[in-house]
Amino acid sequence: MSSYYQMCEGLPGRESWLNFNLMCEKLPDLLKGVPLTIELVSISLLAGLFLALGIAMMRLSDNRLLNGFSRGYVFYFRGSPLLVQVFLLYYGLGQFEFVQQSFLWPFLREAYWCGILALTLNTGAYTAEIIRGGLQSVPYGQIESARAMGMSGLLLYRRIIFPIAFRQALPAYGNEMILMVKGTSLVSIITLMEITGIAKQIIAKYWTPVEIFLIAGLLYLVLNFLVTQLVKYLEIKFTPYLQHPK
Amino acid sequence: MDFLSFLAFDDTGWGDEMLAGMFITLLVSVSAMAIGLVFSVFGTMAKLSHSVIIRSFGNTYTTVIRGIPELLVIYLFFFGFNNALMAAAKSLFDYHEYFEFPVFLTAAIAVGLVSGAYSTEVIRGSFLAVPKGQVEAAKSVGMSKFQIFHRVLIPQVLRYALPGLGNVWQLTLKDTALISVMAIAEIMRTAQIAAGNTKEPFVFYIFAALLYLTLTTVSSKALNSAESWANKGVRRA
Repeated sequence: MSSYYQMCEGLPGRESWLNFNLMCEKLPDLLKGVPLTIELVSISLLAGLFLALGIAMMRLSDNRLLNGFSRGYVFYFRGSPLLVQVFLLYYGLGQFEFVQQSFLWPFLREAYWCGILALTLNTGAYTAEIIRGGLQSVPYGQIESARAMGMSGLLLYRRIIFPIAFRQALPAYGNEMILMVKGTSLVSIITLMEITGIAKQIIAKYWTPVEIFLIAGLLYLVLNFLVTQLVKYLEIKFTPYLQHPK
Repeated sequence: MDFLSFLAFDDTGWGDEMLAGMFITLLVSVSAMAIGLVFSVFGTMAKLSHSVIIRSFGNTYTTVIRGIPELLVIYLFFFGFNNALMAAAKSLFDYHEYFEFPVFLTAAIAVGLVSGAYSTEVIRGSFLAVPKGQVEAAKSVGMSKFQIFHRVLIPQVLRYALPGLGNVWQLTLKDTALISVMAIAEIMRTAQIAAGNTKEPFVFYIFAALLYLTLTTVSSKALNSAESWANKGVRRA
């Protein structure tokens, strides 16, 4: 590790148009924020996916109450900024006595859980619409023929509807994953020390905003590049017949 | 406690301040969208250019800006833009005085840069959606490049781009919440100040959310009617 810092010493420092020496020196510090960013993204994407499945099913049901709830849910979470949702959970809920008395308070007073909850609820709304689009894209003839073969209920979903809907929804879900990676930067505002949080901390100490934010941006680019590669791999694996011939 | 009194339109309540914040949000969004459209015209020209170097500039712009968090772009502009301008003024015009670029414009440019990257993709897609045969037909009847552009391409590109640009508008509207970190008194910042003063964060953040929902709902209605206006001459199956 010390040889790494020795290598950084060799780079142009403050006299240059960018302080490359400092950028190189602070890279390991910023890298320490990457695990938390990945943790926030994966937990909220996974929880959000299950939530979205429920919301999408409600949206497609004939029950007016369930349908109305899911419409309202999606309307609220897609129509207002993520920052408002984060603040509402972290600062807003704490003002109520009954929230502070409840068994949920040990969770809701932690920025970590509020961040995850806000990200989950937010991605749940967007993903629900993606899933709904996927489910509705399944050609009716396919469902009809499956019924004619005697499939119904879960079997129909498992064998016909879900596989087709999944393939249809995959590209859109890839975009949502990228939005989530970028969304995690907002929880730095409620004191979480992920990449952006650490970047702000370093800047407060050294006052070199451009250098540090460039490095932080680079880390997000790498993360998003990995996400796009993963989605590309899944697309090739699940829809080989749609790929352009090489 | 009557929570509506917190939102009263007088010196004690915050209703008028919040509405003023809504106006600022709208103003920043419109400016950012306009700046973004300017960026996107250049971005589209770059991405559809024949030169590999210019094309790679366009690709870098959209990939980088769409790949890093909006908050990071806004922080970068908030902390770095003024210094960069001063350095530029020093080296280009030999101007050594200290100056402060208006923070409102810095915010609009930062959000506009993000919005422009998304608009670029929308407009590029619409250009590619115009059938090649139409351009060839226009050439064969002897239209000049400019004529092809404003008679054949522009009317169709605008129609194809409208739904996508509507999405970008909604995105831009919500991105402006992030400029509250620049201490511009838009909806979010006003809500923060009000929440701090009254110790009623829930009321004000819910109210802020409602104001955003109003803006997004009204604009989605407006966009729908704009779309049907733009498509009124199009034959539908």
